Amino acid sequence: MRVFKELGKYSSLLYQGLRSSTEFSTYRKNLYQELVKVGYDSVPIIILVGVFTGSVMTLQSAYQLESAFIPLSTIGAIVSQSILIELAAVISGLVLAGKVGARVATELGTMRVSEQIDALESMGFNSVSFLVVPRVLAGILMFPVIYIVAGVCGLSGGLAAGYFSGQVPPADFLEGARMYFFPWDVAFGMVKSFVFGFIITSIACYKGYFATGGAEGVGNSTTQATVLGCIYILLADFVLAALLL
Amino acid sequence: MIEIKNLKKSFGDLLVWEGVSFTIEEGEITAIIGRSGCGKSVLLKHINALLNPDEGEVIIDGENIFELDYVDKRLLRQQFGVLFQGSALFDSINTFENVAFPLRYFTNQTEEEIHENVIRALRYVNLEKAAMQETAELSGGMRKRVGLARAIILEPKYIMYDEPTSGLDPQTADEINGLILDMASQFDVTSIVVTHDMHSVLEVADKVAFLDQQKLSWHGTLDEMKQSNQENLVDFITASEYQIKQKKNEFE
Repeated sequence: MRVFKELGKYSSLLYQGLRSSTEFSTYRKNLYQELVKVGYDSVPIIILVGVFTGSVMTLQSAYQLESAFIPLSTIGAIVSQSILIELAAVISGLVLAGKVGARVATELGTMRVSEQIDALESMGFNSVSFLVVPRVLAGILMFPVIYIVAGVCGLSGGLAAGYFSGQVPPADFLEGARMYFFPWDVAFGMVKSFVFGFIITSIACYKGYFATGGAEGVGNSTTQATVLGCIYILLADFVLAALLL
Repeated sequence: MIEIKNLKKSFGDLLVWEGVSFTIEEGEITAIIGRSGCGKSVLLKHINALLNPDEGEVIIDGENIFELDYVDKRLLRQQFGVLFQGSALFDSINTFENVAFPLRYFTNQTEEEIHENVIRALRYVNLEKAAMQETAELSGGMRKRVGLARAIILEPKYIMYDEPTSGLDPQTADEINGLILDMASQFDVTSIVVTHDMHSVLEVADKVAFLDQQKLSWHGTLDEMKQSNQENLVDFITASEYQIKQKKNEFE
């Protein structure tokens, strides 16, 4: 019963958000700020995660496929496909569920328990348009960009790890990557990151917007936003793979 | 004029109050009093439709606010200034910007006009010098005064104060009471003060509404209250007086 109630509240918040998304003047300034916070501010951690994921994949693939009968370009093909189809979107999604999801839930939760949301409403603001819409829009718009950054960094990290370890020459790595490069893989990764951006920000907004119970309540909603964000990313990953691949 | 008619509110199985009816006349200061947890702030949030009742009506200038659509409710809320219990200042912006906030979104004023109006509002609450301070650096009393400056910046018709003196030292509480009186007399606003501070009630109120035992237990003028022999109201006032006297005795 509680699940349906929560689902109803979540849907109602999204519906209100959709209806008030036309009030661009209300959230324009906040949208720019959120684009920077969700996108630009996440770039360092995404570069780090991307480079290390690509590097480790290359080294592990080289270790597992060490055979005279398997060409080295296979490693480039495996690493590039894994990164573009799965890892760039999912790992950056999971990392940002913590970074972006926790921030959004904490911000809105604190505003709720300190009556700042009530203050906005009592001034005549549409608080959903002012607070929720720009955050969800920023997630939807910036996650595909973050996916591209993660993908480029992952491939660069893989290439560099192969070269510096002396296990995969760059020419072989690139040959494999080129041979198995399909634009659909990138499109699929972009679709996934778009969906993940929506899931993370909308759940975080929902948990924060309806937070209750002071500091402990804000802590609980932040934890729930992060955990639920991760769970729904994995579920959505499975559903999208089943539907689109 | 605000007419509250037969209002009932519950959260789940918990009844907050029912059958609450009274009228707030133009220019009046009405204090809503009662013990902690009796639903004073909940009642306040019904007056500008931040909460919806289970039953009943709040009629403002002839319109039942619960029948308005969301856009009209928002327009109506712009007639209200609200001072929240914890001030509810936006902590991501400084004092000046907090007060300027409604002007930036709801008026077409130029930067110069906004600056002039914000400084005038801050001067009114005696905080002109704190304009550029971060809200985190302000004391409780200063936060209340900034909240008040923000509440009056759009020149509202009604001002609602939620526990305006709670957590303040007696001198600062007196300053806030003075501002409530000034506001009512200078700007001719209708004021609603939610409080359990009887000292504040005696100082500012024209009329008093007493919430007790999940209903409006008593309503009348301040003079009528002083002469009332309604048992629960007398107990509430006596307890407050006793506390004040006890503290005074301890001090002496």
